[in-house]
Amino acid sequence: MNISAAIWAMQAFNGLSTFCVLLLMALGLAIVFGQMGVINMAHGEFLTIGAYTTYLLSEVSERWLPAFANWYFFVAIAVAFVLAGSLGLVVEHLMIRKLYRRPLDTLLATWGLSLIMQQAFRSVFGAREVSAKLPDWLMGSLKPTAAIDIPINGLVVMGLTTLLTAGVLFALFYTRFGIDVRATMQNRTMASAVGINTARIDRLAFGLGCGLAGVAGAAFTTIGSTGPTSGSLYIVDTFLVVVFGGAQSLFGTIASAFTIAQTQATTEFFMTGSMAKVLTLSLVILILMARPQGLFALKVRR
Amino acid sequence: MHRSLNRERLTTVSVAALLSILQLGMTGCKDSSKSVGESQASAATSGGTGGLAVTEKEVVVGQLHSATGTMAISETGSIEAERLAIEQINDMGGILGRKMRIIQEDGASDWPTFAEKAKLLLEADHVASVFGCWTSASRKAVLPVFEKDNGLLYYPTFYEGLEQSKNVFYTGQEATQQILAGLDWIQKEKNAKTFYLIGSDYIWPRTSNKIARKHIENVLHGTVVGEEYYPLGYTQFGSLINKIKAQKPDVVYAIVVGGSNVSFYKQLKAAGVTAENQTLLTISVTEDEMLGIGGENMVGYYAAMKYFQSLDNENNKKFVAAFKAKYGPNSVIGDVSQAAYLGPWLYKLGVEKAQSFDVDKVVAASPGIELTTAPEGYVKIHPNHHLWSKLRVGLAQADGQFKVVYESGLLEPNPFPKGYQ
Repeated sequence: MNISAAIWAMQAFNGLSTFCVLLLMALGLAIVFGQMGVINMAHGEFLTIGAYTTYLLSEVSERWLPAFANWYFFVAIAVAFVLAGSLGLVVEHLMIRKLYRRPLDTLLATWGLSLIMQQAFRSVFGAREVSAKLPDWLMGSLKPTAAIDIPINGLVVMGLTTLLTAGVLFALFYTRFGIDVRATMQNRTMASAVGINTARIDRLAFGLGCGLAGVAGAAFTTIGSTGPTSGSLYIVDTFLVVVFGGAQSLFGTIASAFTIAQTQATTEFFMTGSMAKVLTLSLVILILMARPQGLFALKVRR
Repeated sequence: MHRSLNRERLTTVSVAALLSILQLGMTGCKDSSKSVGESQASAATSGGTGGLAVTEKEVVVGQLHSATGTMAISETGSIEAERLAIEQINDMGGILGRKMRIIQEDGASDWPTFAEKAKLLLEADHVASVFGCWTSASRKAVLPVFEKDNGLLYYPTFYEGLEQSKNVFYTGQEATQQILAGLDWIQKEKNAKTFYLIGSDYIWPRTSNKIARKHIENVLHGTVVGEEYYPLGYTQFGSLINKIKAQKPDVVYAIVVGGSNVSFYKQLKAAGVTAENQTLLTISVTEDEMLGIGGENMVGYYAAMKYFQSLDNENNKKFVAAFKAKYGPNSVIGDVSQAAYLGPWLYKLGVEKAQSFDVDKVVAASPGIELTTAPEGYVKIHPNHHLWSKLRVGLAQADGQFKVVYESGLLEPNPFPKGYQ
């Protein structure tokens, strides 16, 4: 097998891997912003919670449970979901629920929340970045042939993304909870009138979105940094994916993550990173000008 | 009704916040109009120190870094090192018998804030000197303030050069000092002919890579097979790594910063690129960055710096011991922290040579000053306000430290290099 074919194979994997990263970071926001219409500027900080959870568990396992060091990562993902999700429930109760009909005020309020959370991370963990010690098997690569390296952390992120996306789709379309969520989002008054406890649905949906962000944050310790502002690295791309996909459609989010990832990965290979980003963003802007509602729009009578 | 009340309240709050910000700005202006009278008054009490806050017992100095915001990651080390130096100077009796008192302002990773706070330090507090700034953007923002108010700034970061101000002393290396000797070494050591230049997309990496390219092409007669920039905060380096694999350069020359830095090295490792199959030289990873990247992801790569925590000399052993005693056994010291540590000491020598705190006199006395107790060994102030210093190449270790594998002679600072622009 010659070198250029190997490069193409790895580049194809890279495109898929970028797609999964984008989708994973956008999944939580697709619920919070897409379904509920809450512009959560602090979404990145919920990712950071996940990242710090991984870091803390890696410290714990290194110090007290060395036998656990190879597998703590999966526990970290679960714990990150619970921690970020619970904090999401609290934030919804104290702040978001008072702002449902005022999206622009939510923007300001959650922006403030994100600043508070960043400074809290800084006070607790220090301003410097930290690094979770990841198990060796996770940071290695598979070598199907001599010239091809498939990063294992990329495979893990892919697996996780597939699992979570399937889970979220199932929850939204095949469970009572999902029906309630969609009903509430489409017509709050009517949903309430038929006996759905909309306040509870709001709280759970917001918590779920934040929990998913926590999972993404935990997973991203394998490919990125853990610091007070790490989450903010992802926030712009996250909104981009959700808005481009059509805010209310989960399938739109998936399609959008795929389109953006492929465009980016391909253009990056032929030009410098900054130019590729410019090209990708221009493309997104052009398409949004033609289709302001995004790739997929939900047809609902208002 | 309830909602509209809430909304009104929020509007009131935000308007109040806006007003208070505006007011801050106004206060700044007021202070500057007042400062003439005030400075005359304090000049009378301090005995010919040019209106500075210097009394018989103390000299007030400013510290202006980002303690909050994105840049706090990098600037924390500088804050710590400067405080240590000032504490040690005070323990030795201070400067000309006066203890240094610090007024710390927070630039908050925001360049206009830096300018605002610089103005506050110089015009309201009349500080005798300021130790501060980290990014070039923050330095450029405060430069006009320092030049207008005739302040004195000790700036610690290695940077792209192309600047020289009467009011600034640059205690880090300018680009040619950090780049040329390192490239010479790696070319000889690895018999390198092809180089791949990578950077975050802003002024320092771009200027540095421009100098590196000229040196590679004109002096080393090598080839630059790629030169690429990625936006700050970029997290997906898969395509770049594939391009590196396709090109197989002898050396990857990397100037990636911030959170991107961590992504870059983690993804390199996961894609099977390690020191065993790829030589990499960076000028943007110090012991501070290693904390975030993780030593295990960086093992075997080279960094070119003037200082490493592992330097084996008496000055440095004392410095590291004092730093750890003050900030804990796990604290690390990067290149810039050491350069920041030099600031207060160089200021002390300047004042003592001038026998005055007056800024003009300190500036005039400073060129030629030698600091033999520097942790990096020996430095000397050049008439162009930069330092003569050495360059070292360090080999990254799994524990987050560097092993020094090369040390240059003393290098002359040259912030405006001919033939490299």
